Amino acid sequence: MKTILRTSQINKYFLEPVKFHVLKDIDFEINAGEFLTIVGKSGCGKSTLLYILSTMDTAYEGTLEINGQQLTGLPQNQLAKFRNEHIGFVFQFHYLLPEFSAIKNVMLPAMKLGKYTRKEIEERAYEKLRLLDVHEQALKPTNKLSGGQQQRVAIARALINDPAVIMGDEPTGNLDKSNSQIVFDILKELSRSYNQTIIAVTHDTDFADNSDRTIEMSDGMIIKQ
Amino acid sequence: MALGLAANIAKTHLLAKIRQTVIASLGVTFGIAMFIVMISFMTGVNKFLEDTMLTATPHIRIYNDIETNRRSILDEVKSGEGRMNVVYHQKPKDEKLNLKNGLRIAERVRREPAVLGVSPQLTSQVFYNYGPSELTGILTGVNILDEDALYDIKTKLKSGSLEALLSSSDGVLMGKGLAEKLNVTIGNRVSVTTPKGHTILVKVVGTYQVGIGEIDNVRSYANLSTVQKVLQEDPRYITDLHIKLTDLEQARPLAKRLQNTYGYKAEDWETANASILVSFTIRNVMTSVVVTTLLIVAGFGIYNIMSMTIYDKMKDIAILKATGFDGHDIVQMFLLQAIVIGAIGGTAGLLIGYALSYLLSITPFETGDFLAIDTFPVNFNPWFYVSGIVFGILTTVLAGYFPAKRASKVDPVSILRG
Ligand SMILES: Nc1ncnc2c1ncn2[C@@H]1O[C@H](COP(=O)(O)OP(=O)(O)O)[C@@H](O)[C@H]1O
Ligand SMILES: [Mg+2]
Repeated sequence: MKTILRTSQINKYFLEPVKFHVLKDIDFEINAGEFLTIVGKSGCGKSTLLYILSTMDTAYEGTLEINGQQLTGLPQNQLAKFRNEHIGFVFQFHYLLPEFSAIKNVMLPAMKLGKYTRKEIEERAYEKLRLLDVHEQALKPTNKLSGGQQQRVAIARALINDPAVIMGDEPTGNLDKSNSQIVFDILKELSRSYNQTIIAVTHDTDFADNSDRTIEMSDGMIIKQ
Repeated sequence: MALGLAANIAKTHLLAKIRQTVIASLGVTFGIAMFIVMISFMTGVNKFLEDTMLTATPHIRIYNDIETNRRSILDEVKSGEGRMNVVYHQKPKDEKLNLKNGLRIAERVRREPAVLGVSPQLTSQVFYNYGPSELTGILTGVNILDEDALYDIKTKLKSGSLEALLSSSDGVLMGKGLAEKLNVTIGNRVSVTTPKGHTILVKVVGTYQVGIGEIDNVRSYANLSTVQKVLQEDPRYITDLHIKLTDLEQARPLAKRLQNTYGYKAEDWETANASILVSFTIRNVMTSVVVTTLLIVAGFGIYNIMSMTIYDKMKDIAILKATGFDGHDIVQMFLLQAIVIGAIGGTAGLLIGYALSYLLSITPFETGDFLAIDTFPVNFNPWFYVSGIVFGILTTVLAGYFPAKRASKVDPVSILRG
């Protein structure tokens, strides 16, 4: 089995307002195609860990490796490039750009990557929207969509560059029961049919129970994996 | 990243906030329009005044400067170590103010390569009498064709002709203001009295207007021989040489050389008009200060609006960064917005500036007899427009750069955490 992501001895401190050891000796691996969930009480450090994994937070000790490449210590611009190509991020809130249509939101990271022509990018974006069953909303401004639709557009955006791993920080945390179920089913489907590697933080025990593996955290430590 | 994508996003942002975009552009428009109007008008005034000054001023004037600190004869004969002579109430010598060999000097100077023309003159203070009116003024004897070559008198004639002066032995071309004050017209005879008491009757054969009150209200031209006659001097007697050059800048060095060569005072136009030139400098400085202030104010307007826009877009910036856009992309995106605002606002500013300048240039402007001008002088120099747009865009780029740089440093984690 190929290892997609590996952390070793990740420690993080917050210095404000008082020095606080938020992550302690985080060591874990995730294999290609795995659907991993991270659970734990609120405030135990799940989001903090995910931001480190996403390469957006670089203020930590230890090392992070994704897709065989060590990312710890790389300059910001290279990390941005790496993120663009290999990581798709889904937030608790959809965080779509309000001035752009749904499909344009999906296209932007691909346009940044610049691997395909604009026409190809548009086709691919449409394909991803269809995969998530929001292709009919493609040309609408994002603030005209329902919460569930917005989150699905956000997932399409995360998928657009065929990333090595998709990370979600409580991706269903802001949705009602039925929409949560839809999003969860989609992630499950991506994992099973497309062998997409997924890491998702969740509070939802059903969600966790149905994933391939669950890591449980408490007080900044992994207590079960 | 391709500039196209940044441009694409910039365009979307600008259009999404069209009102802010327009307001920011209007700031630039106002700044640039005022810049164009101010600089066109100020340089127009300067150029007009300079032209007027130069139409009536020789580039170099050679004349006999009376020395006031004359050595006494006693000093000349008895002087030396340990002696001191005191002469009380020394009076100026009764020196003539003429240039000896003046006409010969004129011929020699005329052959200098930098010299366009030389006009020998004989000038005297006089009283003009016509009926009960009596005015002090100046009578200048010239060879009118030489004078015309220097000052283009022909175009300044209001009545009469140069030929009429040439063909009469006692004719004068009178300044328009002077003629009006004396209430004389062509054909009238005016009596002219010199300080030494000689009087002659002259006939007005024409009037002229240079456009400067100080000249038009006091001076008449006559033939050299006429003035020599009234002063009772010989036909070689002249007091001034007026010289025009092909290149204004040559005046100062050439004046120095002529002074050394001929031993008479040679004064260049810059020295003679030092006070006017200072006022030019002051006006130029004032213009630059006002114009710079306007541009800075416009710049702050853009800075403000860009800062606000970026504050509004904090979340968007964080998302773009999360999806892999880097600092350069963000700077480009916002800098482009500033440039578009600058270009649109600047272009509108140029158009409005041109329109206002044009309106100003056709606005009647009454100066009485003082200056020969009907409307405000405006200088339509294309360079002002080029520098206007360059300055405008430069200001916006500067004003946009700092907020853009700040935006590029946004830490996405702290924003997205909420
Ligand atoms: N920027 C910050 N500065 C200081 N403390 C923080 C900051 N962000 C989070 N924390 C603290 O770190 C701990 C972990 O936060 P977080 O990773 O968001 O927890 P979780 O996602 O598991 O609920 C919490 O106690 C939180 O208060
Ligand atoms: Mg959290």
